Amino acid sequence: MQKTLTTTALGLLAVLGLSGAATADIVLGASVSATGPAAFLGDPEAKTLEMMVEALNAKGGINGEQVKLVLYDDGGDPNKARTFATRLVEDDEAVAIIGGSTTGTSMSILDVTEDAEVPFISLAGAIDIIDPVKPYTFKTPHTDRMACQKIFEDMQKRGFTKIGMISGTDGFGASMQAQCKAVAGDHGIEIVADETYDPKDADMTAQLTKIKNAEGVQAVLNPGFGQGPSIVTRNFRQLAIDLPLYQSHGVASDGFIELAGADAAEGVRLPGTALLVADLLPEGDPQKPVVTAYKTEFEAKTGTSVGTFGGYAHDAFLILTDAITRAGSAEPAAIRDAIEQTKGLAGTTGIYTFSPEDHLGLDLSAFRMLEIKGGTWTLVE
Amino acid sequence: MSELLQFLFSGLTVGAVYALVALGFTIIYNASDVVNFAQGEFVMLGGMITWFAHAQGLPLPLAALIAIAVTALLGVAMNKLMIEPARGAPVVSLIIITIGASIFIQGGTQLIFGKEIHSFPAFSGDEPLRIGGATILPQSLWVIAGALVVYVALWLFFTRTLLGRAVLATANNRLAAQLVGINTSFVMTLSFALSAAIGALGGMLAAPITLTAYNVGIGFALKGFAGAMLGGMGSPKGALTGGFLIGLIEALTAGYVSSQYKDAAAFVVILLVLFFMPQGLFGRKSTDRV
Repeated sequence: MQKTLTTTALGLLAVLGLSGAATADIVLGASVSATGPAAFLGDPEAKTLEMMVEALNAKGGINGEQVKLVLYDDGGDPNKARTFATRLVEDDEAVAIIGGSTTGTSMSILDVTEDAEVPFISLAGAIDIIDPVKPYTFKTPHTDRMACQKIFEDMQKRGFTKIGMISGTDGFGASMQAQCKAVAGDHGIEIVADETYDPKDADMTAQLTKIKNAEGVQAVLNPGFGQGPSIVTRNFRQLAIDLPLYQSHGVASDGFIELAGADAAEGVRLPGTALLVADLLPEGDPQKPVVTAYKTEFEAKTGTSVGTFGGYAHDAFLILTDAITRAGSAEPAAIRDAIEQTKGLAGTTGIYTFSPEDHLGLDLSAFRMLEIKGGTWTLVE
Repeated sequence: MSELLQFLFSGLTVGAVYALVALGFTIIYNASDVVNFAQGEFVMLGGMITWFAHAQGLPLPLAALIAIAVTALLGVAMNKLMIEPARGAPVVSLIIITIGASIFIQGGTQLIFGKEIHSFPAFSGDEPLRIGGATILPQSLWVIAGALVVYVALWLFFTRTLLGRAVLATANNRLAAQLVGINTSFVMTLSFALSAAIGALGGMLAAPITLTAYNVGIGFALKGFAGAMLGGMGSPKGALTGGFLIGLIEALTAGYVSSQYKDAAAFVVILLVLFFMPQGLFGRKSTDRV
């Protein structure tokens, strides 16, 4: 049995190797978490990448060359991500890698790509990925800290100084909770109640009752994703808490309004990307064409509504194709230099301008403050 | 005062969900001494299938019935295809098989229904009931009532019916049960069908509150298992009490101490109870005649 397996594996490898050598395509690698605990990130990312490669090749590829995408599913496991990154670099000879749906998998991949000097665009949130700047590592999503800053700016405008926080204990919630606590002081905001819930919890009325009774609380912020924020929003209305509720970019999708219920979600504010409000963007907005095209295409192809996370993969692919086109070459070093010179490239998440000192390329304007009104998103300005 | 009442309501809501899951564990355990770790998946299927059938345009009661029936059939299939062929294997092996079944069901659900989170309308609307300054959702009352009804039904089943006693006899000594004319293979099939149906009922009742997705089963199973252990594995009374106790401890800790410690507090109580009463609060003493 063992022997047959090995032989089969060898045979398969040989076939793969042959097919790889026979074509002179541009090979792009990707490792995302299409299954496992981070599947809500990786699944739309994988679908987006497959869709975009297909569309690009149908239009004739980059500079006349077809693009071949080698996509692996690391299941959110950093060890697997490292293995796949090594395989992408050594066996598949990818000229650039997209991926790392989570911060953990991104950190493993960047170890490999920095050594191999292959450009890597991460799809994960943490600022550690690009701070300090590493020569071959870039990322597309805005950071947790930026989301906190955007929310606190809005709170400042409304004159709030004392807020309550209720955060999920999952990686996303815990990381954003820490970032928000770190920058709250800069915006003159004091956190008077700091509660948490497990992402699998069914009821958060106990925590919310505590926040409601906290001295002087003026608004509530809920960093988290998955079903938690929907339940928090429902419980918030159940308790008839008469305070503004802020959610994070983690739930910036139509699914959130549906799950929380339009009544309960009325008046909820969150920092989201242009993608969510494609129809509401003014005609001259540079992001309007790109978000509208992606939204239409993705929704027609998959039958599910677009979300912020798929948009990260969209932008990573866009940055890569733009860089390869400008470089006129698919050599890793040339691609890296071209990415760093990207200026004013409109993606779904924001407008990217990279520099040798900035491998994130976004500022706070990438976030739009959104409010849910009458069961749909509106722009707050 | 209204604060305490709100914490109690929160605890009862969550506790009723745990109790329903815990009750599902009791039948299979009583029939075979096997702790069925796929119980959480039955709960998940109850919610997911109801959502799916309802989304196809079926009325909610019909969708719920379909979910319970389909899940019960899956329970039977699980017994026929996975547990029965391994008959004679030690209980630990059977438990490991149920873990495999759990992973299989979760993967299958993910492929068929996708990875999104779903919900369907609450049975009696979303308008919270206000009692003494605190609020509770009508759906919570449904879940609490569901847990109580299942408990009474199980209690009657195990103490008042011949079939229920046959289930207990099968667990006690399969060979002796066969000798007195009990069809033990039928008893096993029946207990899987009933366990699955109870799980699905719980999942269906809870889904409008907890929301549902392919991966919610493990969380349910863990808390339900904890509830069943606390109350005493195999005892319906224990499952009911254990489930509610854990829910209440969590809510009161979150309310009065800190939400950071609520899971820890519940597990400390379980550890203490099991330390002093290894059979749980209402567990049967195991006496082996040599």
